[in-house]
Amino acid sequence: MKPFLVIIFISLTTFVQSAPLRIVITEGVIEPLPYAAPEFIGETGASNELAIKITELVKSDILSTGLFREVPKSSYISGIDNFSSPIQYSDWKAINVQALLTGSVLVTGEKLSVKFRLFDVFSNNELGKGLQFNSTKQGWRRIAHKVADEVYSRITGEQGYFDSRIVYVAETGKKGSRKKRLALMDFDGANSKYLTDGSYMVLAPRFSPTGERVLYTSYETGTPQIYIIEVSTAKRTVLKNRKGTMSFAPRFSPDGQSVVYSLEQGGNTDIYIMNLRNNSRARLTSAPSIETAPSFSPDGSKIVFESDRSGTQQLYVMSSLGGSAKRISSGGGRYGTPVWSPRGDRIAFTKQSRGRFHIGVMRVDGSKERLLTASFLDEGPTWSPNGRVIMFTRETQGESGVSALYSVDVSGRNLKKVTTRDGGSDPSWSPLGK
Amino acid sequence: MRKFGFYFCAILVIFLSGCSQNASIPFSTNAMPNGSSAKFEGDVSDPGSIAFFKNNVGDRVLFSIDQSDIDQLGKDILLAQVDWLQVNSDYKIIIEGHADERGTREYNLALGARRANSAREFLVSRGIESARIQTVSFGKERPVELCSKENCYSENRRAVSVVSNLNF
Repeated sequence: MKPFLVIIFISLTTFVQSAPLRIVITEGVIEPLPYAAPEFIGETGASNELAIKITELVKSDILSTGLFREVPKSSYISGIDNFSSPIQYSDWKAINVQALLTGSVLVTGEKLSVKFRLFDVFSNNELGKGLQFNSTKQGWRRIAHKVADEVYSRITGEQGYFDSRIVYVAETGKKGSRKKRLALMDFDGANSKYLTDGSYMVLAPRFSPTGERVLYTSYETGTPQIYIIEVSTAKRTVLKNRKGTMSFAPRFSPDGQSVVYSLEQGGNTDIYIMNLRNNSRARLTSAPSIETAPSFSPDGSKIVFESDRSGTQQLYVMSSLGGSAKRISSGGGRYGTPVWSPRGDRIAFTKQSRGRFHIGVMRVDGSKERLLTASFLDEGPTWSPNGRVIMFTRETQGESGVSALYSVDVSGRNLKKVTTRDGGSDPSWSPLGK
Repeated sequence: MRKFGFYFCAILVIFLSGCSQNASIPFSTNAMPNGSSAKFEGDVSDPGSIAFFKNNVGDRVLFSIDQSDIDQLGKDILLAQVDWLQVNSDYKIIIEGHADERGTREYNLALGARRANSAREFLVSRGIESARIQTVSFGKERPVELCSKENCYSENRRAVSVVSNLNF
């Protein structure tokens, strides 16, 4: 019996088939796991400053999940003076530390080397092997995120999401004349950069499956058109559609070779797909109603979208080749902006009901709907690469209303505002490590 | 101990320099006519001026929640627009469709397009040449009234006819 591992299993595995464990989850009670991360050892005097920063960032990532509780340094019985020395498990057990993270940092000129080890204190074992990450000094934040991802992954058994980025719309200026710029940042808000200059409005950027390209809708020519921007070179190309039409709401197919989107012509909006290799276009829906916000299943076989063909906005699933569609939303209210989860088992959506907006999740057949948030205006969910966290837009009401990015666990816990320099909307989460 | 090397920083540097180059994307040469309309609106006392069109003819029709049907008041305004456009035949028109903020971004873009097209179809049905009319939707992105109450929302659910004597 490894109590450390078992407790984590309870905390994170919401859908595990184990009766006593499920009770904990359905009651919404999470007992965060006590852990300690003594300051990483600076191997030289020149390494100390980054050792402190890296330790703080690793801890910040880990604590941001809401799944861990830090045992304060003041209660430590013994410290970690040497990265290679044996661990005195009893000293950590005595203060109820279940996971112990140690690390060392070595700065040599412009080079940075970070090692870490993770210990399962109550089983007197190291959890996984020690790892070393090398980069340049400027890469320290990314190294810290990689350490945190490794810790998260070893303890939860799931891929992390800290070494990832968000592309979103940075918003400045007053409501009614907002300046909207494409912006890119680390998942924690650091290293924010604009990709467009704000001379024209942009909406709803979406990462490609490899994180190398971003789709977005731009008013650059006066009418909404879809562009692809290469993240590394900022080279842009437009998806050519007929003059007099409006195209928007694009998303990549899972293989990155096609774009599914909405095209409006003569007041009617339908869903189309464009093959990026030969620019051939196919129409996937053909109805006088509004069909928009398409999103592929991860295996590429299906597309979920919204339509008001029933009279109100509802969610439908069809083959990625088009054809008949099956309605999946069935609760009262309106449903929009569906997004298929990276695991393929769930769909996140925006729901409008009784004057409030919600972010929710449902199974792909529409069952087991759960609303995770409620506010004046929540919309536009995007999944973390591991499918555990959803980021979205929250806008406050009135003349002074502003948009901001928020995130919430799929469990409905851990709702919080995401740090951005300006106001923010329409987030899209990159794949891990991109 | 396994050893991993990461050389992404070189890539990061390339990326950052790429960003700075991108910071000066030029303005589109195809700017919206209404972006600089104030200069060319003319005098409201001149019946052939844009100012007259906006103030005396009426440049917008309003819609009910989620609707794109044009009510009687809207029809009266569009009929007045038809009369004016027939006299001032060198003007072209862009109809901008808008929605209130109580909807999702994509749906509101599509809804605004529906509204703009309703107005367009009405004008065409009364004899305005379709080649003179373009439509565009701004969804909920450009409200004219900023409060979060129905009296503001009703002003924002609109199709605005922006006239200009510039070529498209």
